[in-house]
Amino acid sequence: MAHILLRHRDIPDIHQLDVYLANGGYEGLKKALTEYQPDQVIDLVKKANIKGRGGAGFPAGVKWGFIPKAPGPKYVVVNGDESEEGTFKDRELMEYNPHQIIEGALIAAYAIQAQAVYIYFRGEFMVASAPFEQAVRDAYGANLAGRNILGTGFNCEFYVHYGAGAYICGEESALLESLEGKLGQPRLRPPFPAQKGLYQAPTVVNNVETLCNVPPVVVYGADWYLGLSKDTPDSPGPKICCLSGHVNRPGNYEIIMGETTYGQLINAPEYGGGIPGGKALKAILPSGGSGPVVTAAALDAPVTFSGLTPFNSIMGSASIIVLDETVDMVWAAMKITHFFAHESCGKCTPCREGTYWLKQIFHRIWEGHGTEADVKLLEAVANQMTGKCLCALGEFATSPVLSTIKHFPEDYRKRVRKT
Amino acid sequence: MFADKYAEQIQTILARYPDKRSAALPVMYLAQKEFGYMSEEAIAEVAAVLDLEATYIRSLAGFYSLFYEEPVGKYVLEICDDLPCALRGAEQFVEMACRKLNVPMGGTTADGLFTVKTVMCLAACDKAPMLQVNLKYEENLDEAKFEELIARLRQEAMGEA
Repeated sequence: MAHILLRHRDIPDIHQLDVYLANGGYEGLKKALTEYQPDQVIDLVKKANIKGRGGAGFPAGVKWGFIPKAPGPKYVVVNGDESEEGTFKDRELMEYNPHQIIEGALIAAYAIQAQAVYIYFRGEFMVASAPFEQAVRDAYGANLAGRNILGTGFNCEFYVHYGAGAYICGEESALLESLEGKLGQPRLRPPFPAQKGLYQAPTVVNNVETLCNVPPVVVYGADWYLGLSKDTPDSPGPKICCLSGHVNRPGNYEIIMGETTYGQLINAPEYGGGIPGGKALKAILPSGGSGPVVTAAALDAPVTFSGLTPFNSIMGSASIIVLDETVDMVWAAMKITHFFAHESCGKCTPCREGTYWLKQIFHRIWEGHGTEADVKLLEAVANQMTGKCLCALGEFATSPVLSTIKHFPEDYRKRVRKT
Repeated sequence: MFADKYAEQIQTILARYPDKRSAALPVMYLAQKEFGYMSEEAIAEVAAVLDLEATYIRSLAGFYSLFYEEPVGKYVLEICDDLPCALRGAEQFVEMACRKLNVPMGGTTADGLFTVKTVMCLAACDKAPMLQVNLKYEENLDEAKFEELIARLRQEAMGEA
């Protein structure tokens, strides 16, 4: 089947405006601006049930519907701060299919009547995003962005902004702080961005991949979109899965949610092609470093928003890290903990102190000085963090710790003394 | 003067935002390009351009890891050794890179050309081992490709000198 999101894989040079236009590009924007009232676009996206692809799965149309109708400054902010371990889908879209992101963001802007779109890319994308910046200039040149778009009277500016190396800025309120030129630290909510977002104005923050789902929904309709995933009404549409770690063919694979299992993604020749050297699977991190680890028991689960619920895990942004039988899970959990300790923004105490101490304890165990009590201490610290942090980062940091202790106690036992 | 030299670019940046403070990171990138790292002078120049306190700019430089608080080499090699990359040999790759360039982790070569750092996930896990050279992606690397890259960069630097 042709790709819906990774269209550049079927259509060479689709990053060029003329190629994108020749293949139905900006038809969604045109249709939205000329055939629909803003509210009708929101209703359409609600009906299609496009869920957020950044990890949380919140319905985009509902988010848009929270924006007050009163006139005044409003913003669409595109989250392109992709920094989760094992996630590399937004970067491919940015580099090779930039116009679909721009078109989706402009449709969102029309739906909520925003005057400007800011796309926030992580600073590390600054060189790789040259085609994206060119695409923005081309869109302006063709009157697809800026003043009086396509002669409809709709005005919307489109700005590219870069972060500077901070995972926490992927959290939407921290992203807004960073865009305002402040330290990227999460805000206390409420108020939510829909009430007080960028510069205190109502703001929608959507992930890059989420917005790429919008143009085809406007062109082909909600029923078409809902019909793609036949038996999984809670998870409609395509999803890009990022496959990394111990697989023969790592990379991005676009699937229709519900049609593919984790086992197929890892082993089928058209996807991951199995584990190198014929080794056995030990564990899967289905949501990068942020979700609980699962074992081979989850291989038959479908890749959907709820597919891993029976295994106490999540699809998240579908960043699937595959670990073979040679991996020591204490090492894997220590690596992830190191990441979160480094990326904790320092604002709230449970996360700042918790990630620091988890890291210290892991190093003690890894260096051979740990005891059984230290494993209990890891659990105690993680449980003290759960539910007490200002944002999800602190919660994420506990997942790999608690789930590896639960599923792989023998790996910990091998590393520690009794007393 | 920084403000004069980059006047046009600074104006373009400021025009994007209703609030001057939003220009902090973009103007800091310009200053880092000019001064090589976020030196006291660079911080003072950015603060003056944006009417912000130098302490405030210093806090941003400390928070965001792409701003360097110490001098760095002409080429900053940022190697990801997070879990997905480590599963594909990134930790051994980092050791090899340091050995070849004869620098400790985070150090700069004596000729001032290369700084080697490890960084957090760069969204290229499927193409590990990988690194960024001054933010340009170099992917699917091994020892031979790393040596080629270093030779190419040395040649480029000599050409410019």
